[in-house]
Amino acid sequence: MKTKLTALAVTTALVAPAAIAEEMTIVSWGGAYSKSQLKAYHEPYSEKTGVTILNDDSSAEAVAKLRAMDEAGNVTWDVVDVVAADAMRLCDEGLAMEIDADTQLAAAPDGTSASEDFGDLLVSECFIPQIVYSTTFGYRTDLVGDTAPTEICSVFDLDAYPGKRSLEKRPINNMEWALLCDGVAKDDVYDVLATPEGQDQALAKLDTIKDSVIWWSAGADTPQLLADGEVIMGSTYNGRLFSVIEEQKQPVAMLWDAQVFDLDGWIIPAGLSDERKARALDYIMFATDTQRLADQAKYISYGPARKSSAPLVGQHAELGIDMAPHMPTDPENAKNTFLYNYEFWADYRDDIDAKFQAWLAK
Amino acid sequence: MAALTPISRKPLSLVLPCIAAAGGLLGLFVGTAKDQSTLGVLIGAALVAALGFFYIAVLKNEQMAKWISIVLFAGFGFFAGGIPGVVLGLIFGWLFYWFTYWLYEGRYRARLLPYLTPGQVLWHYGFRVICGAIFVFLITPILVVMPLSFNAEDFFTFTPEMLQFKAEGYSLKHYQDFFSNNEWQRSFKNSLIIAPIATVISVSLGTLAAIGLSQSHVPGKRAIMAIMISPMIVPLIISATGMFFFYSQIGNWLEGTLGLDKNFVGYIKVVLAHAVLGIPFVIITVTATLVGFDHSLTRAAANMGANPVTTFFRVQMPLILPGVISGGLFAFITSFDEVVVVLFVGSASQKTLPWQMFTGLREQISPTILAVATILVGISILLLATVEMLRRRSERLRGLSPG
Repeated sequence: MKTKLTALAVTTALVAPAAIAEEMTIVSWGGAYSKSQLKAYHEPYSEKTGVTILNDDSSAEAVAKLRAMDEAGNVTWDVVDVVAADAMRLCDEGLAMEIDADTQLAAAPDGTSASEDFGDLLVSECFIPQIVYSTTFGYRTDLVGDTAPTEICSVFDLDAYPGKRSLEKRPINNMEWALLCDGVAKDDVYDVLATPEGQDQALAKLDTIKDSVIWWSAGADTPQLLADGEVIMGSTYNGRLFSVIEEQKQPVAMLWDAQVFDLDGWIIPAGLSDERKARALDYIMFATDTQRLADQAKYISYGPARKSSAPLVGQHAELGIDMAPHMPTDPENAKNTFLYNYEFWADYRDDIDAKFQAWLAK
Repeated sequence: MAALTPISRKPLSLVLPCIAAAGGLLGLFVGTAKDQSTLGVLIGAALVAALGFFYIAVLKNEQMAKWISIVLFAGFGFFAGGIPGVVLGLIFGWLFYWFTYWLYEGRYRARLLPYLTPGQVLWHYGFRVICGAIFVFLITPILVVMPLSFNAEDFFTFTPEMLQFKAEGYSLKHYQDFFSNNEWQRSFKNSLIIAPIATVISVSLGTLAAIGLSQSHVPGKRAIMAIMISPMIVPLIISATGMFFFYSQIGNWLEGTLGLDKNFVGYIKVVLAHAVLGIPFVIITVTATLVGFDHSLTRAAANMGANPVTTFFRVQMPLILPGVISGGLFAFITSFDEVVVVLFVGSASQKTLPWQMFTGLREQISPTILAVATILVGISILLLATVEMLRRRSERLRGLSPG
């Protein structure tokens, strides 16, 4: 018993100093992305305010965990980084608090209001967009033969590009690409995908390459598979591919064709104490101002969500290369793009998910 | 006994098919790597059989056969894979020579009893091959991460530079990352806080429970035992979900009513949850040692005037100590390796090493995880070796044989 008490006393001693400083827990995706936030947001914020920031790399299961925390009445997160679709779900369920862009966010340096600066990227009342990212393909330059792929349908062309490819283990994006390469016009894709026949058509197209597909579920999978040469091409987030190509110097190149744009940003969980809420809002105000968003682009190739940040995007902090040509929004890269359709997937996600999973198991 | 078994040369009809099978197996690996399994098997078997026939029927000189094999395989390895190919070639060349003559000269019978039938001889070696294979399957996954942790690249890949043993293919940067990265250091510190405290609690409570349950007069012994062991049997994810809600309530009460610090409460929750998981291991090992414990010793101690506490610490505890220590080790490892419960019960400030490894593995496949794994394997080996040495020392001091 004596040992136990001593042990508890030791813990108290170890924990106590940390308790004096103010702390907040910020949830994000981990990897190179968290590192870019650490450099661009967390470190300057800690320096300015003295708040210690704890990172929890749990964004992948943010919705489920926030639900559980809410039920248990024990929300331990202060600010959460989620994709726009998750933010909409959390907002609808009342798990995220509403934030008024004009009063609670910083205006642009020239005085433009935040709501105008973010424009139509403010897709939900609870969501402050941070970056525009895209899901796109990378390919091994040394494994695709003499003619490098230039368009999305190369993914479905086993004759010209034999070998394994990696696709995400969910219907979103894959179904759109399949229809696009099965002769459906870009404007009609979601109309076709809304019908059961259209869904079958997309799955039938995916069937033609099913044996050559390695399915991924974490953003780090495709970079690893490409580096190993286990796949000749694969889809993932463009920032991950940037890291593979420019930082790791792997023989990989980007296939920007039909890249799908999506948004990622912050939410604040509902039901925080006033003190924590005030701190979270203060952090958001700081981290989403024009300069901070532009700073993040120094570390990772995601486009800042504010219009006023775009001209400030400079060079990579360590490599010293211009970041603009690596942004998914660069005109050269964005010749043929696809905008993730939030409303469509909000309505059809459950049905198509079930169908897709059944097809996968076949 | 063994040396008395007479050995004799075996006919080609036995030797050639055996080495051809071995060659075929080797060919299978080489062939599969080049997507030509069948062809690989056939070529491997034919080449090896031809070489064996040449040695036995034409060359008839064991020393020369040995050097020819080694040089031939090493040369082939060099053309196929450079320096590492030569190393493999040297090994396989010697193995091939050894295996051929082992069969041909009948050396495989030299150490066996003379009256064994061929079937028994086959089983004798087959059994050893199976045991060896099991050992290889157990140990390879642990060994393979060790060289990868010295990778100069940020992927789980054996790069060409590594395979050619070039210095630039290796680096210590992942170890450097582990020791300089705040997240890793914080989680390592958390593991070192949580696991020992959870172990102390599990060992104290588990040992007391085991002693209590070994008394004959305790009612409902089996039912109590079953409940205590249940954290080990119930799927972890179910315990974890239950614990999440249970400890959330307790945590809210501790923070709200008692006004304790949020972080401190977080540590209490994780430590208690891990202690619960560790208790079954302590109960089981201590109960097992108590079976051999002679209860008349406690009565004798009482007779001499010792109170129960003195009896426990001076008489019973030293005798059941091996069980307590191994139970404690299991409890420690359970807490140190645990990821599911801490993901549910803990918050980011209680992030432990396995948690950090888990998210690291999912979000960014970084060889830092392998560096950590290598360090942990090293620590485990040291820990177990130390405990074993202490055990032997105490046995020696007590005059028992050093087992």
